Amino acid sequence: MTERITGAKAIVKTLERLDVDTVFGLPGGAILTTYNELNDNTKFNHILVRHEQGAGHAASGYAIATGKVGVAMVTSGPAATNVVTALADANMDSVPIVVITGQVAASLIGTDAFQEADIVGITLPVTKHSFLVTKPEDVPRVLTEAFHIASTGRPGAVLVDITKSAMVGELDFEFPVEMELKGYNLKDHPDHQCLSAALELIKDSKKPVIYAGGGCVRANAELELMQFVKLLNCPVVTTLQARGVIPDSSTFALGMVGMHGTIAAAGSLQEADLIIALGTRFSDRVTGRLSEFAQHAKFIQADVDASEIGKNREIDAPLYGDVKQTLRFLNSELENRVDQHEQAKKLQPWWGFINELREKYPLYLDEECAQESAGQGLGNLSPQAVIKRIGEVAKEHDEDAVFVAGVGQHQMWASQFLGFEKPHNWVQSAGLGTMGYAIPAGMGAKAGRPSSDVWVVDGDGCFQMTNQELATCRLAGLPIKVMLINNGTLGMPRQWQSLLYNNHYSQTDLHDGADGWSGEIVRGDGVEKGTREAKPVPDFMKLAEAYDCLAIRVTRPEEVDEALERAAAEKERPVVVEFQVAKNAKVFPMVPAGESNDEIMYTQNLRPLSKRAAKEVAR
Amino acid sequence: MTSAAHKYTLSILVENKPSSLTRITGLFARRAFNIHSLAVGPTQIDDVSRVTIVTDETTAPVEQIVNQLRRLIYVLKVTVMDSNTSVNREIILVKVAADSSVVAERTAVLEVANLFRTKVVDVTPTSLTIEATGSATKLHGFIEALKPYNILEIVKSGTIAISRGPDTLEEAHSLGEA
Repeated sequence: MTERITGAKAIVKTLERLDVDTVFGLPGGAILTTYNELNDNTKFNHILVRHEQGAGHAASGYAIATGKVGVAMVTSGPAATNVVTALADANMDSVPIVVITGQVAASLIGTDAFQEADIVGITLPVTKHSFLVTKPEDVPRVLTEAFHIASTGRPGAVLVDITKSAMVGELDFEFPVEMELKGYNLKDHPDHQCLSAALELIKDSKKPVIYAGGGCVRANAELELMQFVKLLNCPVVTTLQARGVIPDSSTFALGMVGMHGTIAAAGSLQEADLIIALGTRFSDRVTGRLSEFAQHAKFIQADVDASEIGKNREIDAPLYGDVKQTLRFLNSELENRVDQHEQAKKLQPWWGFINELREKYPLYLDEECAQESAGQGLGNLSPQAVIKRIGEVAKEHDEDAVFVAGVGQHQMWASQFLGFEKPHNWVQSAGLGTMGYAIPAGMGAKAGRPSSDVWVVDGDGCFQMTNQELATCRLAGLPIKVMLINNGTLGMPRQWQSLLYNNHYSQTDLHDGADGWSGEIVRGDGVEKGTREAKPVPDFMKLAEAYDCLAIRVTRPEEVDEALERAAAEKERPVVVEFQVAKNAKVFPMVPAGESNDEIMYTQNLRPLSKRAAKEVAR
Repeated sequence: MTSAAHKYTLSILVENKPSSLTRITGLFARRAFNIHSLAVGPTQIDDVSRVTIVTDETTAPVEQIVNQLRRLIYVLKVTVMDSNTSVNREIILVKVAADSSVVAERTAVLEVANLFRTKVVDVTPTSLTIEATGSATKLHGFIEALKPYNILEIVKSGTIAISRGPDTLEEAHSLGEA
């Protein structure tokens, strides 16, 4: 049964038939024809954002929290360029999103028409794929292909740029339609030969570590992973992306690995004789100096993207295929081959080494630093202590709470201290490191998971990039809980300035914290000079109130619990709780950029794994 | 990398879409892979083009380059051509100044042209234009031989390559090996 309709109507109908329930967007010239087809009968919910970047990140937050494809729809030109950051962000983190952009009429392309931008050209390097649709009859097929590409294999961001002429023109609408993707082939499971090689390496290993990445989350492989871990009695480190894929409460979990990972995670990788990398890409933030990364180890790497295997590190047993299928196969083989008792005995010395690191160098709350700040007009809460408490209170109220973070110190502390028990409950920007991600992504997560509490841990720098979406949240009934960790500075750059740039705090002070801003006022004509009193700009409470959010400021440790309880209890409005935290608090452990993981710093003056330090002591 | 100097010829079958070539060259630029030569043209199959790229391993192993190319949705097939079992050709057009009044010089240029079994495709009183096809090595030798004379202009195509024997890239593709 075909039906003669416009391309615009076909866009809406195809999205409905693809089971889309939420679209984040903002209308404008070239896409208005499509917006004209949205009405009370439309089967999906449209959430009107305040900035197109917000639509893109919301789609991403929605996708991570639900596992479904997130959708954003914006107009041409500046709207399309505004969404580029979100495309790059989602693609880097393998998040399935489809972004529909309006484009000027096909006859105007290339004429520098009003609000024309070559968005397919602009986004080529930052999308998994992109389409330019100039004919109305291509709409159902291309959208179907876009969703298929975004959500299968290694997920990613797909752009569909649709000309106004394709929206206005008519087609005979039919659904479903056949896809034409001759060059897109998916690989289910690795070849048997490779799997056998991996099993041999596992058999021979006395010091194995599983290095689990975001691919395990995207593949919904948490159960298979847990079975694998238990069969091998093997320690697991998780990347920033994969937090929660194995519960932090599990005895096998060594926590996050990487620049700000745990000492146990770094130490185990550096000493391992076998690293089993699952759905992860040996990012420079994980390996540290590559030439000194895990020098004694053999490597197994499972990935659905062949180009990731061996990209940064030579691999002994490459397993090209879906990580869930791969683990299923390995588990079924290992069930017959591994004697649990023998395996435990074999790994006993290894666990001894790891447990010693765990006991000696646990993550710690930097309360000393907080105390030092007292009396200096600075915030004096320990950011780590606050974040740890956020995690506890959030899970007391909703064990399926979703945590969202921006980028910077607060993100690292959130990863370290919130405590993750499930995958899909941790939404943040890892690869691209996009400041301002949290509020729109939290909004998207809440739209996708309305029955879960969504706790957004944000920094004062990030907050000022995208807080306009609090208006969207308030109006669309998305009561996210923003925990604003306000240290009055761009914290991570400041930390680097402290450690690497001789305390030269060049352009990192934001004057929005407890110490506020004071200085000379020079009016435009230079006539009126004077000084102003210390006063934070902006006042986050006034800003939150302007968005009709519940606004709570916390300046003392004893106020933390009450504020969190009030935040948890608020079900209607978004919440902004501002915690005025110590400006000089730092994220530790830390591997200085470009150095070996052996040089990981537990505190500023202690490098427990350092071979260099050990040599110096021996001398 | 030890084999940095070694060059590889890649044959790529790609859907003939407006952005296909940009996606391929953009990938090389973005990942800092080298392109020594590039040739694009239609094939016997409608809507399928063949791209031949000569690259090296300065920044990444050739397997990585191939895997990255295979990620492109419009790419149907990527093969590294083995120089022992394939025919590689380039074409070159050279314009040489050879005044007809200086018989010795003109004869010498024609002699070089003959020696390399090339074709003179344009003759004027003051110039000769020579067309040569062959492997990169042969054409390099040809240019070297012409250097003592007055070369006015050189234009050279990218390398194209085809495997020896009856097998074809398309057959391999229809077997789903992309």
